[in-house]
Amino acid sequence: MNLLSASAAELGRLIATREVSSVEVTRAHLDQIAAVDTCIHAFLAIDATGALRQAAATDARIAAGEQLGPLAGVPIAIKDLLCYQALPTTAGSRILEGWVPPYNSTVVQRLIAAGLVLIGKTNCDEFAMGSSTETSGYGPTHNPWDTARIPGGSGGGSAAAVAACETPLAIGTDTGGSIRQPAAVTGSVGVKPTYGMVSRYGIIAMASSLDQAGPVARTTLDAALLHTVIAGHDPMDSTSLTTPVPDVVTAARLGDVRGLRIGLVREFSGEGYAPGVELRVQQAIAALLTAGAEVVEVSCPHFIHALATYYLIMPAEVSSNLARYDGMRYGLRIGDDGTNSTETVTRLTRGKGFGTEAKRRIILGTYALSAGYYDAYYGSAQKMRTLIARDFATAFERCDVLVSPATPTTAFKLGERIDDPLAMYMSDLCTIPANLAGIGAASFPCGLAPEDGLPVGFQVMAPALRDERLYQVGAALERELTAKWGSQLLAQAPALTDTKVVW
Amino acid sequence: MLTRSEVARLAALARIELSDDELDAMASQLDVILSAVAAVSEVASQDIPPTSHAVPLTNVMRPDVLNWVPRSQAMLAGAPDVENGRFRVPQILQEEQ
Repeated sequence: MNLLSASAAELGRLIATREVSSVEVTRAHLDQIAAVDTCIHAFLAIDATGALRQAAATDARIAAGEQLGPLAGVPIAIKDLLCYQALPTTAGSRILEGWVPPYNSTVVQRLIAAGLVLIGKTNCDEFAMGSSTETSGYGPTHNPWDTARIPGGSGGGSAAAVAACETPLAIGTDTGGSIRQPAAVTGSVGVKPTYGMVSRYGIIAMASSLDQAGPVARTTLDAALLHTVIAGHDPMDSTSLTTPVPDVVTAARLGDVRGLRIGLVREFSGEGYAPGVELRVQQAIAALLTAGAEVVEVSCPHFIHALATYYLIMPAEVSSNLARYDGMRYGLRIGDDGTNSTETVTRLTRGKGFGTEAKRRIILGTYALSAGYYDAYYGSAQKMRTLIARDFATAFERCDVLVSPATPTTAFKLGERIDDPLAMYMSDLCTIPANLAGIGAASFPCGLAPEDGLPVGFQVMAPALRDERLYQVGAALERELTAKWGSQLLAQAPALTDTKVVW
Repeated sequence: MLTRSEVARLAALARIELSDDELDAMASQLDVILSAVAAVSEVASQDIPPTSHAVPLTNVMRPDVLNWVPRSQAMLAGAPDVENGRFRVPQILQEEQ
């Protein structure tokens, strides 16, 4: 058995029973990173020494008879938006180059407590603003299926690292689709939990009313196991939910969709959707019917305005959240020559330190919030948010989950949309409504588009707090489709040069 | 229609120095984005309550107990400039111009 293509659940079991050591598993992944990451560029920082030390410590605890969780000793990569004291945290921005956080985010703290091995920080679009990782201040990540193509964004580093078997697990964050769209275009599994289920403490903020961290993995069960580790109430986050975390692991193990009512969102099809994406989504629905689900078509008429709503609310929150990068307390400082004022230094620092997309969104948000425009833009967007939430409520009266493509097309080429912001924003067309309503949603691999041989993601959305339904559907789909394919979708990816993965 | 000078004013409000090329590029791009999002104000009518947050929450309270972890060294380690164990900043007052 190959330690790189094995699931996290399997690795955890082997480590717990001491059939392999966490050190061996960690070393295998560090070797894979050394072999393929020059061409993938999924990582911004790697902590080989620290990871091997954590792995040895976990092995020692297991040898001493301690009962640890199911993912103890399993390597994990962290999106560079999460504060981790052992490595720099840059959010993919030059303005935070080399900044080492003085504390750990709650998610990181929970991973450490569960005995996971933190191997490194993954690349992302600058401050998570983008759908391709091309806005990262440190260069883009490449899609393991075709290195000339985008890995999705903003969490392209996490998705590509998992897809290229550089790590079995990763953490992403999702504000408008940054976990799900990268998962879709790389053939991995990505889940955005219900807003408030995972603590935002220590996660660099983009749009606080939308941001949510979640699992990236290769199997539904692995994602569920990781979901369970990171979710739960945190007094350090005032928007953290106090409700119990649903039993997502049992849902993923059973994958029982018999009698489950699935609603296909009518608005997310037709013009602008690649034929191969529509085909595979239809086949996924057929597979779920075979597994015993019922399928109806539903209409959510306001979803067509979700993208526009998002591009008013998100930049408004961005312009406020990114005001803290003023060149005074952390990160870059430009123009401090002894005569320039604080204000001039702040202006020069932000002009130099932020990339084009960050500047564009800050200025858009400043406009949307400025006197005379507030009601027309931000105020209207908040009302539309209500209408979108009502569409969900109406749809969930008739069905248990909603489904759609995760993104309208497969991975596009690097450079193809970078000078056309609106075309780039369209990548998140299907994922944004879930963020606006705060509900849980996920992307599961559902095949390769016949026209280009690239992965297609199937999106599942569940009512708030019913995240277990995402895993029910994901596991059922995975079972039906892998039986048909004879292997996991990722096993069909072309082998990378020097890769050590054996499927 | 968003003009170049309006973008310059917004950049000043946002404390971002933009080059002439950036101002030109941004004015036309923001204009495209703004016309694409304009439909929201046409559809969302007056009588709909706004949603600021996905999950309705009230203020969270906790007991006012001291829970201080000394982190000043770690925080100063990430600062752009430090003097006598404090953040050093450029002058905050200037002659009237």
